[in-house]
Amino acid sequence: MRALEIRDLTKTYANGIQALKGIDLDVEEGEFCALLGPNGAGKTTTIGILTSLVTKTSGKVRIFGYDTDTDLALAKSCLGLVPQEINLNLFEKVLNIVVTQAGYYGIPRRVALDRAERYLSQLHLWDRRDSIARSLSGGMKRRLMIARALIHEPRLLILDEPTAGVDIEIRRSMWDFLRQINADGTTIILTTHYLEEAESLCRHVAIIDNGLIIENDRMSNVLRKLSVETFVLNLQEEVSSIPEVPGYDLRLMDPTTIEVDVESRRGINDLFSALTGKGLRVSSMRNKANRLEELFIRLVDRKDAQLEERRR
Amino acid sequence: MTGPVRLKEDLTGFATLISKEYTRIVRIWVQTLVPPAITMTLYFVIFGSLIGRRIGEMDGFGYMQYIAPGLIMMSVITNSYGNVVSSFFGAKFARHIEEMLVSPMPEAFILLGHVAGGVIRGLLVGALVTLIALFFTDLKPVHPFVTLSVVFLTAVVFSLAGMINAIFAKKFDDISIIPTFVLTPLTYLGGVFYSISLLPEFWQKVSLANPILYMVNAFRYGILGVSDIGIGQAYVIILSFIIGLYFFALVLLKRGIGIRE
Repeated sequence: MRALEIRDLTKTYANGIQALKGIDLDVEEGEFCALLGPNGAGKTTTIGILTSLVTKTSGKVRIFGYDTDTDLALAKSCLGLVPQEINLNLFEKVLNIVVTQAGYYGIPRRVALDRAERYLSQLHLWDRRDSIARSLSGGMKRRLMIARALIHEPRLLILDEPTAGVDIEIRRSMWDFLRQINADGTTIILTTHYLEEAESLCRHVAIIDNGLIIENDRMSNVLRKLSVETFVLNLQEEVSSIPEVPGYDLRLMDPTTIEVDVESRRGINDLFSALTGKGLRVSSMRNKANRLEELFIRLVDRKDAQLEERRR
Repeated sequence: MTGPVRLKEDLTGFATLISKEYTRIVRIWVQTLVPPAITMTLYFVIFGSLIGRRIGEMDGFGYMQYIAPGLIMMSVITNSYGNVVSSFFGAKFARHIEEMLVSPMPEAFILLGHVAGGVIRGLLVGALVTLIALFFTDLKPVHPFVTLSVVFLTAVVFSLAGMINAIFAKKFDDISIIPTFVLTPLTYLGGVFYSISLLPEFWQKVSLANPILYMVNAFRYGILGVSDIGIGQAYVIILSFIIGLYFFALVLLKRGIGIRE
């Protein structure tokens, strides 16, 4: 079953800005999908429409088969949202925030209290259940928003940059938590600017730019489209000039560091052979950028160039 | 509403919202309950006890006794209005209104839940001011049903009005303009401190255009048995306001005015 079906969705704001220009997107049940795009691309508008915080201009949205035009309440009951901005009642106690949210979804208080203990414990917030939300750290507030979004056990969880401003340790523990709830059956849509996060967590990726979906495929298929990767090689000995290796474009960054663009069809074996032949030994190697990041930048740049071309 | 499929869940949501509003009122009692009690005590001392002694009787009652129902009503009006406007606009401003908006709870229950909060605070403050009034004068309702129904319905009217104000408000100034420039003048000119029979005929007719006059007088009729206007007419006006404001507020919420982009 499809968790989400979007057809020809458009949104034009009152100030005339066309945030969405007709997007189509399907997310299968159980999927972990990344929705990526530069700032202002239309990600948050799309999420706003799914959660009814933004009114669409035209198009169709179905959540687990429920049309948001005709079965909005049922569609909403399937959804959980972790928004980009902190939108907690900062003067309320942690436990009350999640239990009240459960109540809005029609969950009796007794059940809500049990669930609150489970989710707050899993997100390491149970000890702070009687604290006022204002007193929590930034990372704790983000985790509280996740607990709040899960309290009615939604079938589709939407996270809009959930780890923004969160330190790496907490971020990784949040990743483990999200992997677990996805493994337990919750469909997840994630927007993030940390592309390493998307590559690590998501099996599907949709890239949105200028209000249009410009890529929508399995993560593995998308990464395969990356025709050129840039590697950084650290040499054991210093070199004074750039070694010539036919078929590879090498750049000397400093006496012990070389940067090289490698086409995926060519591979990297020949490069190592050539360097070894010249008496150069590589002590370590890394991708210059995260692979998804590199692909993302290329796709967005290409799209921008096409738009610029059309304008001319 | 979403039909019988989710009615049980929606009622749970409604009860949750009322409980949240009540908890808020009680939690910040220093802001919600104490100020009206102090203000009304000052009114009783200054207007009732000190100045009132020189005014003498009004409609056959001591001045203190005459203004007590009006002062109770004034506190109910300002507090029911103020509770909804501050609670809903505060949630809008801090964006935790989104907790409700993303949930399947119907707009009607969001509206009624906030109105219930306003009514609860209005009646709590009204009861407190009544207790204070009893230190200064005797109040034994002549028509208990009229007293209770009018105070309840008036609290509903001003809770709905507060909701509409909060829906349209974009900044904090917007939630103080109506209470300052509309509500307070209408309340002061709504027969709280005097009988309109004291006014020249022209101003008596002008006063009849003030809806608060009907509410204050109907409540005074319930307690003292005297009124400047017909009680039936007062019920018609109060109920008309409730129906009109309810549907207006509901349409605004359904259209997402002020709450959805």
